[in-house]
Amino acid sequence: MHNQSHEINSTEPIIKVDKLVKRFGNFEANKSLCFHVDKGEIFGFLGANGAGKTTAMRILSGLSKPTSGEVWVAGFNVNTHPESIKKNIGYMSQKFSLFEDLTIWENMRFFSAVYSMSKKQFKERGQELLQELGIWEERNRMVHDLSLGWKQKLAFTVAIMHKPAIVFLDEPTSGVDPITRRQFWEMIYEASAEGITVFVTTHYMDEAEYCNRVSIMVDGRIDALDTPENLKKQFNALNMNEVFIKLARPAVNSSQ
Amino acid sequence: MKRFKAFVKKEFLHIFRDSRTMLILVAMPMVQILIFGFVISSEIKNASIAILDKSKDELTQEATQKLLSSGYFRLDKYLKSEQELETAFKRDRVKMTIVFEPGFAKHFYSDKTANVQLITDASDANTARILSNYASMILRDFQQSHNATIPNGNSLINTEVRMFYNENLDGVYMSVPGIMAMILMLVSAMMTSISITKEKEFGSMEVLLISPLKPFQIIIGKVTPYIFMALINTLSILAMGYWVFHVPIKGSLFLLLFEATLFTILALSLGIFISTVAKNQMVAMFMSMFALMLPTILLSGFIFPIENMPFPLRMISNIIPPRWFIIVVKKIMLKGAGIAYVWKETLILMGFIVLFVGLSIKKFKVRVE
Repeated sequence: MHNQSHEINSTEPIIKVDKLVKRFGNFEANKSLCFHVDKGEIFGFLGANGAGKTTAMRILSGLSKPTSGEVWVAGFNVNTHPESIKKNIGYMSQKFSLFEDLTIWENMRFFSAVYSMSKKQFKERGQELLQELGIWEERNRMVHDLSLGWKQKLAFTVAIMHKPAIVFLDEPTSGVDPITRRQFWEMIYEASAEGITVFVTTHYMDEAEYCNRVSIMVDGRIDALDTPENLKKQFNALNMNEVFIKLARPAVNSSQ
Repeated sequence: MKRFKAFVKKEFLHIFRDSRTMLILVAMPMVQILIFGFVISSEIKNASIAILDKSKDELTQEATQKLLSSGYFRLDKYLKSEQELETAFKRDRVKMTIVFEPGFAKHFYSDKTANVQLITDASDANTARILSNYASMILRDFQQSHNATIPNGNSLINTEVRMFYNENLDGVYMSVPGIMAMILMLVSAMMTSISITKEKEFGSMEVLLISPLKPFQIIIGKVTPYIFMALINTLSILAMGYWVFHVPIKGSLFLLLFEATLFTILALSLGIFISTVAKNQMVAMFMSMFALMLPTILLSGFIFPIENMPFPLRMISNIIPPRWFIIVVKKIMLKGAGIAYVWKETLILMGFIVLFVGLSIKKFKVRVE
């Protein structure tokens, strides 16, 4: 429809956020956020519960509008072209939301249609992805028969099936075992190697170490943003866990 | 459009794969009809009646007084001729018309027999039977007290009962429209509200909202399968009524299906509204049960006659949408009424749709922000 997207070249950030403010009544959930995410990057978006991560992510994915400030995602402005953004992103929720009473293949077919893939494209891409996962033979199984780990992998597969510019992962590893988590991060790296930008929130600080860059939100502000290495140096910490605790402790709103 | 088609397909799969849903959709209407095929008796007060007094003598006036002071009847109007009978019934103000023959007093005193006709609206079988019994009793009483005042009084008042619209007084005539209202309410309002809140609960609503699907596509996609289901239910209830219980469909089937679809849309909009308020499937189900099913059963005139309710409940019954639908179905099915006689109720149903859709949109906007 509105193809006024300026071509995204490799030097231009894929997400640009400038003085983003989101207010609910008197409460300021996002206090003038400024950051950018580069193409192909794995960007960790950390923060305690209630720090304003979800609010920011809802705005980035075109679900709600900023109170003020400019936000560009995949070359589109969220204020004017949220629909174009929606076509160019993938999203995986922390509940690994698939349709339980549909088969693996039916779930994938549904989302392929939602993201306007042709039948041919879907068949090729779907088979390729499931074969990589090693569950091509299982494609006619109902999702409710799958273990949580498989649901997680499948939810991720569905989220990147249409080759989005960016995939948003909302606590994608909550509730799964350490081995599955590790495997999951391998999938994230593969997606990133394919050129998909990964925007991920997590509460596991070991996972934060896997990201190219990490931002930490405290009380609606971004209090730190850098590579894990630099952050550890900057806060004189052994690991990301310490960095997080040092930053988040003085928070007022975060303990709700 | 492709997106929307995929979405509707997904919804149908959800329905076909859930055995409980299928049971409710398919078996429920059948079972309900059989259960409610029984007559449920009830008492009546202040039923509105009309009087066609072709004699207009002292005796008929006295009899009228006697009837009206009994407390069972309330005079709606005096009719001038037999031509007005049909309209009195069809506009649905009148449950019974009492017709005194010409020269009533003369026949009573000289010929020893006077005739009264009690014509009831028997599309509501219970009410009709009870009303005619009450009236006959009162007239018999009246006859005795008059015989006592004259020497050798042994005159008769001969009452002839006529049932309009349902000569055999089958109770199931009354329950078919009620069951239709109930099933459509159940299928449309309860099932949609549950299915929408289910997506919210499982987090898939979030995924759908972030996808390129537009919110209205999601909602319309959700309700489309249920419109079909409701239509199938309507047809199966009518078929059961027609072939098993011999309930006639006197009016136009097309009009009837149109009204049923209208009511389905109304119920769907209610279901959508409930889903915007309810947080999970449980809440949605309880809200549907208590806010929709119970009033549909108790206050819509389905089982208990509205004219028999205390004033506050009678007022409340006005805002129960199934009440109007039941009136429409009775008029079309049993009296063969056309749109000219049901346009008012049709407008009321449409008004409800506008109201609930409006409320849902308002509520939805608040939630998204």
